[in-house]
Amino acid sequence: MLRNSFKALALAISLFAAAPAHAAGEAIAIPDAKFSFDRMFGTYDRASAQRGFQVYKEVCSACHSMRLVSYRNLRELGLTEAQVEAIAAQFQIVDGPNDEGQMFERPGRPSDRFRRPFANEAAAAAANNGKAPPDLSVMTKARAGGANYLLALLTGYEDPPPGFVLADGAHYNKYFPGYAIAMGAPLNPDQVEFADGTSATVEQMARDVSTFLQWAAEPELEQRRALGVKIIIFLTILAGLTYAVKRKVWADVEH
Amino acid sequence: MSIGLHNSEFKNPVVRWVDQRLPVFTMMQKEYGTFPTPKNFNYFWNFGALAMVTLMIMIATGIFLSMHYVANTSLAFDSVERIMRDVNAGWLIRYVHMNGASMFFIVVYIHIFRGMYYGSYKAPRELLWILGVVIFLLMMATAFMGYVLPWGQMSFWGATVITNLFSAFPVVGEFIVQLLWGGLSVDNPTLNRFFSLHYLLPFVIFGVVFLHVAALHITGSNNPLGIEPKGPQDTLPFHPYYTAKDSVGLVVYFIVFAVLVFFAPNYLGHPDNYIPANPLVTPPHIVPEWYFLPYYAILRAVPDKLGGVLLMFGSILIWFVLPWLDRSPVRSMRFRPLARPFFLLWAVNFLVLLWVGGKPAEGHYVLIARIATAYYFAYFLVILPLLARLERPLPLPESISRPVLGGGPLPAGAAAKPMEKA
Repeated sequence: MLRNSFKALALAISLFAAAPAHAAGEAIAIPDAKFSFDRMFGTYDRASAQRGFQVYKEVCSACHSMRLVSYRNLRELGLTEAQVEAIAAQFQIVDGPNDEGQMFERPGRPSDRFRRPFANEAAAAAANNGKAPPDLSVMTKARAGGANYLLALLTGYEDPPPGFVLADGAHYNKYFPGYAIAMGAPLNPDQVEFADGTSATVEQMARDVSTFLQWAAEPELEQRRALGVKIIIFLTILAGLTYAVKRKVWADVEH
Repeated sequence: MSIGLHNSEFKNPVVRWVDQRLPVFTMMQKEYGTFPTPKNFNYFWNFGALAMVTLMIMIATGIFLSMHYVANTSLAFDSVERIMRDVNAGWLIRYVHMNGASMFFIVVYIHIFRGMYYGSYKAPRELLWILGVVIFLLMMATAFMGYVLPWGQMSFWGATVITNLFSAFPVVGEFIVQLLWGGLSVDNPTLNRFFSLHYLLPFVIFGVVFLHVAALHITGSNNPLGIEPKGPQDTLPFHPYYTAKDSVGLVVYFIVFAVLVFFAPNYLGHPDNYIPANPLVTPPHIVPEWYFLPYYAILRAVPDKLGGVLLMFGSILIWFVLPWLDRSPVRSMRFRPLARPFFLLWAVNFLVLLWVGGKPAEGHYVLIARIATAYYFAYFLVILPLLARLERPLPLPESISRPVLGGGPLPAGAAAKPMEKA
């Protein structure tokens, strides 16, 4: 009986092992950046995510939208209500139509989604060589490698190797599939000034914004893991109890 | 049957009043209380109950998801993310539903493996087996349409590739494809009808599961020895013995399920499905969900489109006639020294197809897929029919309690003696 259970387990494991079927043409090894949230029970580094929001706000948001995230969500990163209101109010949001049937602009509120840099997808494409910059709301879930990939990409710009023909307007990035990326190197040293005195190196800004984007993609991550620990402890105790009951029920049966 | 009140044995007056008029309590008592069940089940016999529980979890979580999901191409993706972010416990319900599909297939694959290994498809359980294959086909249709609903890149392109397969059929192909699409391409009408059918089919599955269980309760369960119980000494009442044993399996199953949901919810998914569907951008590699990869491998192993489609559908339809392809009178592989290694190789071969289905169809992967496809069908069409004639099975034990109490099967001559216990 035990042997058969092991067989069942082995089958289940082999099903799992065969599962990640993300067939990739040529896999580029992405370095492990050892993010705090990558550990099994890890949480978000709040200070890093707040700095990352600043990088997004001052650099990335010129081209990239985050249409699924609201200003109120920033409370989860440790900002106060007043801080969130102040941040939202910096942006002019298109609202309406009003009583006269006109669209109008008003200062942002915490309940607003992040303001988009372009009015629509066509406008975004027109301003960016015909291809709209992707929305970043769930970016870490939408790329193999997640935040590690983003960090590698943001720091992976270099001169093309001799003989590599780069198309017009493209940039060489050693972590981008195909190596030719439309986005130019977005980060330059000291491009933003961090309030906490952290030195704004490219590596630091890339790490912070990757942390921020990981939080934006999976805001439930900490709650999910905390609940998971409780549920698995509960189920493990319950498994012991049900097994004891089963032993007792079957005690009088020769089998 | 005579007309009149049912002769109820229940003492409680309310239960008795109901039971006399509608004997549901008597039925439950008969089918899940005293139901005589072979005493020698191993833990493989948990998986039917696990599949039943998973179906109920999928229906329950699905009903709540549908309260927030919007089946419209411009809103579907964002409505799923809204569930993840703003709906109370929405992330939990959605991850349970999403990973529940994978768990459902793992459980059902093990359930089917058990049926094949212990010969549960053989007389008199052929119809029970056939109903099981019907359930599996319905599950595949339901899972496929469910994967389209979030309207990510893999949703869209998976739907495009799979629905296009039907165009391979001569004459009716084009008509079927347009019927599936509701137009001339995968678009809003496709999403709407898939959502409607995705909600409908689980209840159809529930109906066929009821028939599956009803048929099971006529023939009774098979068991690891593959011989029928000879009398009460070979069976136990379902309750409390198997309710207790199923509970152990269920809780262990929930632990595995919980690890997936809480610590690796996107492990079995594809990152491209978090990119909103874009009909103008084709992903570099379109792959279906992992549980469809064996059939995808068979499809791509054949250079001809229609041939590939026919083999792919044939790979599951062939299960319908398995009871008549395998004519050996011995059910359990324990007593089939030749069939056992061939079947275990078939099971490994199935996993090879699963693996190669996720690889690009190029180079030596194509060769591996072709060899594995050939063995997949050869097992059913050549090996099993031949073994029924050529194989000399091991002697069967006299009864279920005999090897349990006395240890070891009887010598060859003894098994031929007429059974006296029955």
